[in-house]
Amino acid sequence: MDTHDLRLLANRIRRRDLQAVYEAGAGHIGGEMSVTDLLTALYFHTMKVDPAAPLDPNRDRLILSKGHTALALYVVLSEKGFLPKEEIATFLQHNSRLNGHPNRVKVPGVETNTGPLGHGLPVGVGMAKAAKLDGADWRTFVITGDGEMQEGSNWEAIMAAAHFGLDNLTLIIDHNRLQQGARLEDTNNLAPLPPKLAAFGWTVLEIDGHDMDQITAALSADNIASGKPTCIVAHTNKGHGISFMSDNVAWHHKVPNEAQYKQAMQELENAQ
Amino acid sequence: MTAPFQNAKLHDCRDAFTAALEELAAADGNIVAVCNDSVGSSKLTGFRDKFPERLINVGIAEQNMVGVGAGLANGGKIPFVCAASPFLTGRALEQIKADVAYSQTNVKLVGISSGMAYGELGPTHHSIEDFAWVRALPHVPVIAPADRIETDAVIRWAATYQGGCFLRLSRVGVPDLLPEGHVFELGRANVLCEGSDVTIIANGVLSHRAVTAAAVLEGQGISARVLNMATVRPIDQDAILSAARDTGAILTCEEHTTFGGLGSAVAEVIVDHHPVPMTRLGVPGVFAHTASAEQLLDDFGMSPQAIADSAVALMGRKG
Ligand SMILES: Cc1ncc(C[n+]2csc(CCOP(=O)(O)OP(=O)(O)O)c2C)c(N)n1
Ligand SMILES: [Mg+2]
Repeated sequence: MDTHDLRLLANRIRRRDLQAVYEAGAGHIGGEMSVTDLLTALYFHTMKVDPAAPLDPNRDRLILSKGHTALALYVVLSEKGFLPKEEIATFLQHNSRLNGHPNRVKVPGVETNTGPLGHGLPVGVGMAKAAKLDGADWRTFVITGDGEMQEGSNWEAIMAAAHFGLDNLTLIIDHNRLQQGARLEDTNNLAPLPPKLAAFGWTVLEIDGHDMDQITAALSADNIASGKPTCIVAHTNKGHGISFMSDNVAWHHKVPNEAQYKQAMQELENAQ
Repeated sequence: MTAPFQNAKLHDCRDAFTAALEELAAADGNIVAVCNDSVGSSKLTGFRDKFPERLINVGIAEQNMVGVGAGLANGGKIPFVCAASPFLTGRALEQIKADVAYSQTNVKLVGISSGMAYGELGPTHHSIEDFAWVRALPHVPVIAPADRIETDAVIRWAATYQGGCFLRLSRVGVPDLLPEGHVFELGRANVLCEGSDVTIIANGVLSHRAVTAAAVLEGQGISARVLNMATVRPIDQDAILSAARDTGAILTCEEHTTFGGLGSAVAEVIVDHHPVPMTRLGVPGVFAHTASAEQLLDDFGMSPQAIADSAVALMGRKG
């Protein structure tokens, strides 16, 4: 898919996500809007995955380590054909497969169960190592939140990935500068992230995480330096695409009221 | 007694927790709060505004959070370490073991939104293993208050108690059960209803459901004793053995897996000292399906009616 179509698709995914949050009365809309462009590019441009064979041993792997934004992943998986599109309407409903955090046992296309922050990257290291042991060429992608990078487990995995020379592993940090209760800089500031990853021996790319040209270029295998894992620091906005949510910490998991919902939907429609 | 709590006001016990903590902190400059980007969800915004330098937010880093708590205690502070219970207990369990229990430090672990309070957010956010995990450790009393009054009493007790403890709070609204001014005693259960045919033992968000179940049973001519057993360790052996002798059957209800929690703790006493028929209600060793917090309790057989039905079935096993 070219970047023009990717932009249109990401817009549609944002609208479906917004509607589901509004109807379910819950969700993590801020982080979902910030990660949507990244997920769209991965599933519709970069990754080799087949909804007809979700467990194909040679598939590329994606771990949404910031599992609280599961809804964005569910919508992307439904667009890709892993789930019926109608099923998004069951989000959080009694006995739905689609709870607030992704479950690989129930939802095809999900690789590992996330929700507690700081779990995805270690699992991704294991996946990438398995591919190396097999001499296979599938890639592993992990998306973490920037607040999530405060978890020590990530840094243990960062050391291991570099030590093992896992050039088939790509970490994408959704760097929206906000965490749950406040800005990162007012909580436990990790910025600037790139020199930290570089110091651990990773190749680091910095991009605008809402620019499809930059996203697709950064995800390309051409950037891989042999023997080094890659980290893409994606500069994003929490609540991206909706003016009153954008870069506003109040919208970590707030639910829009009717007027806010209508305005948000209008803004997304106008942006098509 | 019919349909208790029908128009009762429901309270989020986190409010009682932080109101008590702020009052205690105003009187004692050594009281500090430690959290993991959970200022809002732990209801610590008031504490932060009043005592900004005494709110230590380490970011999303629970292992560090508990370790920092132990260090603060070493330095003479009285840390209340607050986080969503699954991440506090699950993520930092070894810190709780080595830095709090084994080192015997004065760290107050406050598990917020425990049990299945997070409902639809799913099993990663449920904390239905925490009684078992922490109860396995020496030197850390495990306490799950049932209402706003008991929460207030437990926080006041914890601030003066010398040693670590685990306080398991919810966010789900509960009615008042204990009398205003109630004083918490570690390891001492409270009789919420007197009864002679069967005993229901509960704590946390299940206690008021147990009282309602007793009312249902009374309608069937069955006299149920209800014990509110906030302390899971050290367990109230005397209250359990009196219940066994007086009523001959014990039903436990908890917002926890049936592997290793309140029911198991009660059963350990019963097996060792005075075997009587028991039924242990809880989450039967599964990861929960998608549902709200209250719906999950109903789905796992802990609606007041289902508790009453289980009590009737249990009585059929009495000798
Ligand atoms: C181990 C753990 N601690 C705490 C939480 C609660 N929590 C959920 S989302 C969140 C903030 C995440 O911020 P960030 O990683 O920056 O994600 P984003 O901004 O993309 O939403 C927190 C603290 C959690 N899910 N897991
Ligand atoms: Mg963030």
